[in-house]
Amino acid sequence: MPDVNRILVIGGGFSGLTTAVDAAETGAEVIVIEKNSYLGGRVAQLNKYFPKLCPPICGLEINFKRIKTNANITFHTMAEVESVSGGPGNYTVTVKLNPRYVNDNCTACDACAQACTAERPNEFNFGMNTTKAAYLPFNQAFPQKYVIDSSYCKGDCAKACKDACKYNAVDLDMKPGTITLNVGSIVVATGWNPYDADKLDILGFGKVKNVITNMMMERLASPTGPTAGKILRPSDGKPAQNIAFVQCAGSRDESHLPFCSYICCLASLKQTTYIREQNLESKATIFYIDIRTPGKYEKFYWKVKDDPNVSFIKGKVADIVQEQGSDDVIVTAEDMMTNKKVRMKFDMVVLATGMEPAGASKKIAGVKYNENGFALPDSGIYPAGCTKNPMDVARSAQDSTGAVLKALSKANSSGQGR
Amino acid sequence: MEKNIGLYICTGCSIGDSIDVEKLGNIAKNSLKIPVVKSHFAMCGKEGVELIKNDIKNEGVNTVVIAACSPRIKYEEFDFPGCIVERSPLRELAVWTQEDPEERQLAAEDYVKMHVIKAQKGDLPEPYMMETVKTILVIGGGISGMTSALQAANAGYQVVLVEKEAQLGGFANKLYKVVPAAMGEYSEPLIVDSDIADTVKAVESNQNITVYKSAKVEKTDGQPGAYDVTISSNGNSEVVKIGSIVLAAGWRPYDATKLEHLGYGVSKDVVTNIELEGIAKNNGGRILRPSDGKEAKKVAFIQCAGQRDPNHLPYCSAMCCTTSLKQARYVTQNSDATAMILYKDIRTPGRLEYYYKAAQNDPAVMMTKGDVTSVTDAGNGNLHVEMENSLLGEKVKIEADLVVLATGVVPATADDPILNLQYKQGPGLPDLELFDGFADSNFICFQYETRRTGVYAAGCVRQPMNMSEAQEDATGAALKAIQSAEHVAAGIAVHPRAWDMTYPDPFMQRCTSCKRCTEECPFGAIDEDEKGTPFYKPGRCRRCATCMGACPERIVSFKDYHVDMIGSMMKNVSVPSDDDKPRIIVLACENDAYPAIDTAALKHMKIDSAVRIIQLRCLGSTNLVWIADALSRGVDGMLLLGCKFGENYQCHFAKGSELADYRLSKVQETLGRLQLEAERVQMIQLAIDEYDNVPRIIGDFVERVKEIGPNPFKGF
Repeated sequence: MPDVNRILVIGGGFSGLTTAVDAAETGAEVIVIEKNSYLGGRVAQLNKYFPKLCPPICGLEINFKRIKTNANITFHTMAEVESVSGGPGNYTVTVKLNPRYVNDNCTACDACAQACTAERPNEFNFGMNTTKAAYLPFNQAFPQKYVIDSSYCKGDCAKACKDACKYNAVDLDMKPGTITLNVGSIVVATGWNPYDADKLDILGFGKVKNVITNMMMERLASPTGPTAGKILRPSDGKPAQNIAFVQCAGSRDESHLPFCSYICCLASLKQTTYIREQNLESKATIFYIDIRTPGKYEKFYWKVKDDPNVSFIKGKVADIVQEQGSDDVIVTAEDMMTNKKVRMKFDMVVLATGMEPAGASKKIAGVKYNENGFALPDSGIYPAGCTKNPMDVARSAQDSTGAVLKALSKANSSGQGR
Repeated sequence: MEKNIGLYICTGCSIGDSIDVEKLGNIAKNSLKIPVVKSHFAMCGKEGVELIKNDIKNEGVNTVVIAACSPRIKYEEFDFPGCIVERSPLRELAVWTQEDPEERQLAAEDYVKMHVIKAQKGDLPEPYMMETVKTILVIGGGISGMTSALQAANAGYQVVLVEKEAQLGGFANKLYKVVPAAMGEYSEPLIVDSDIADTVKAVESNQNITVYKSAKVEKTDGQPGAYDVTISSNGNSEVVKIGSIVLAAGWRPYDATKLEHLGYGVSKDVVTNIELEGIAKNNGGRILRPSDGKEAKKVAFIQCAGQRDPNHLPYCSAMCCTTSLKQARYVTQNSDATAMILYKDIRTPGRLEYYYKAAQNDPAVMMTKGDVTSVTDAGNGNLHVEMENSLLGEKVKIEADLVVLATGVVPATADDPILNLQYKQGPGLPDLELFDGFADSNFICFQYETRRTGVYAAGCVRQPMNMSEAQEDATGAALKAIQSAEHVAAGIAVHPRAWDMTYPDPFMQRCTSCKRCTEECPFGAIDEDEKGTPFYKPGRCRRCATCMGACPERIVSFKDYHVDMIGSMMKNVSVPSDDDKPRIIVLACENDAYPAIDTAALKHMKIDSAVRIIQLRCLGSTNLVWIADALSRGVDGMLLLGCKFGENYQCHFAKGSELADYRLSKVQETLGRLQLEAERVQMIQLAIDEYDNVPRIIGDFVERVKEIGPNPFKGF
């Protein structure tokens, strides 16, 4: 029999972390499984949160501290749940542990990266720059441990990084492993992926050089990003001063994501503040169907709308092409308010790509999903955050705290009997 | 506790190469009189940790000072239960950030001394134990409150539910139909009966739940874990012991009489969305006009009526678009009736988009964007709705036989404290003005955190939301209430220091009743007794130590954090006698500013050698005596690095950095007395991600202090 008060949290992003710390602080034993080499998930890549424009790492740091000080939490990075079997109160979960090639001896001294001669595309920055094959995922990554991407190791350099480490932390012979866990209940917080912009033919991504996604914009604006926070367009590194935002890029669209992704209106409004802050002359134009800023977020919309250099056009974008003979981008759309076709030129276009639940591309055996890949609650298994419905960070926090109580009640079906 | 200190100096990560560790060890042995001083090339490795464990076991070491890396790393390795553990970050603050070998050595010596003193002055925490109950009070018997009550009761907790009306159910009772729950596409029927009656029954039959109807919270006295809540119901008053509180007092519709321009009060056939529910419910689903009882054939829904409007409610009520889409179905149940929804934006986030799409597919439901400017009598018994900037044209007039105003949500807390807290700082939740009266949180990441410990808001009193969102929200609030009750019972703090077993322990004999602590505590944890002397309610306390900073008598202390401890660290900072070499002390918030400094160090950025950095729990704990003492012994300047404050404050204790700034404005007087320049002390707001700016911010401050010149007290 497993310990009845033991909860498995699949996913170490914002929702998973919230679930984990709230459950552990209520006395449960929690195990977190995270596929990346670091905790924090999608929000770790964000530059600022709307509407406060505060850094996401601030809240993450507190949650990391709550993990560090709580013996009830264990976490595995570079780990993936392979299957779930059993039932409420007694689940068996198999977890694959991928090799980090760096063990717990790592002191984050950077010697391995300095010795490393191989480079790899930096997926944290959506491939917009590179890192060494031995690297720290980002400056404030937790755990503060290096990782080696062995697929980029060159035959002869392996010894160099191993020799550079004085603490025997580099272990290139590490093999994948499997562990089996017994838990009472499960919270699925596998989060989301940006919808694949390559599938949005008419919006030019991948063909028109200066069309990027909203997540790429977060990295461009971030001080830890590929351009150290300067918003430069990809083709020529010129500061992007006149930017279009294309809303519902793939969302609210029968051929792509039929639902609304909740965050993209607010994300674009937020991103206009990034460019406006960097350059007094800069301009932003938002092409939208509806501006969705529910609740108190309305005031954030007003703040952006008050900026004379930000304009709004209600209408769906029909076509995005590169201007002949330049790197500028031509956007064609129909302005629904005037019933006229508009054709406008921009330095760069940001596609507000939507939120595809992780379950759309990868399902966990033993977890139920709907037709879009959102996980469904099942006695003893509870989805939290964007795993179950598109939502912002605030709602994910709230939802994940709620998931704890459901999971606790189920994990300990005898009740705590106060 | 009798301390037996062991100092463990790591020589790894270049510490041994760039610092004379032997000299460091000798200082510790000879001038600091540390009995056990050891070094190892990898203190965090197995061997190093064993070395320490061995000394704990065999040498009686019970206070471990590790001079190695930042406390943000290797926390598992350097965890020695039962011992005081202090980390001196030589690697980050001396080796990686200092270029000059001499300065590096000096920095290392200072940091070792400072942290040894800190360890000497500290003590092991002891939890604050008091008699507590874990009963949860839920205020409000609507869908949110009932959900909280059921969730907590099902987890085994006793619940007291207070509802102001004579029956449970709240607004859900008034609804004709609700939006069905769907996990994906919606299918017919698109309007269903609510299951509120089942929920009411579940609450009323639950043995763990005591329900008070027609009831009100008269008074909430005491503190988390030991609240005395006076509940009045039908003329009787009763005091109930409560552990923590879920505030689910709900909402009321915006006063439609203020919407005369939209025809309300002008024509009987202009109704609110809530009134429409009543019409449908009372007539078996038929939509009959109030004026003549005829069935409405052409119904216009005006969205955002008195919402998203600076003259009325500035916010969006989040639920009204879906409500109107639902109510359009009430209308179109009659096959020859049509509904027209006039909107600014249709807001159906997430999977609700499917519900919108279903309405778009209904030919009897029409929708258009536009700004409604007026609703007037059409003269033929119908109404004219005038719009501008609409999809149908610049200016259009639509005829309708019934107009429904989608009015918004006004939270119960907008003009009523509800809780009636018997706190010196007042009866309601503070900060409400930031959220238009909602009992909301200013934290994005920590949704249930307010400035009243043990009180967690849920549902529409917290934010506008729909019923299914309210149920999720209520479950989260119930969990936080349970957590708070459990933590207080165990004598541990709640978020954001949920691990902290210490508590403020004021030495009251020296209290002068100046009441600064009472006023400044962000959480209202300090009341006054009948003589006007501050009176601590530790259950409300979050352990930010703002009171410790506020107290001019310096009487507030925690086992592991007090004025003398930080003051003594400062006294152990070397002050160069050379006039060209200023010494500056940086006080940094441990939650944000310090991690930013730490990250700058990780990037091997160089920081001016003039500074010595001390971590504080929160900048709010800064006591002005530190500044006076440091400057009077020749320290040339002090820089406070804390979180952003103001409307979008980032301080995890809400007010800490702002209060530190406020206190600094008062320090001028002290400096004046010492004939020192006010500019020697400055506070700068620094966010955790601004680490690239750390060297410049510190460098600029050092330059400014250099311009002012050396502290005249130097050498005294």
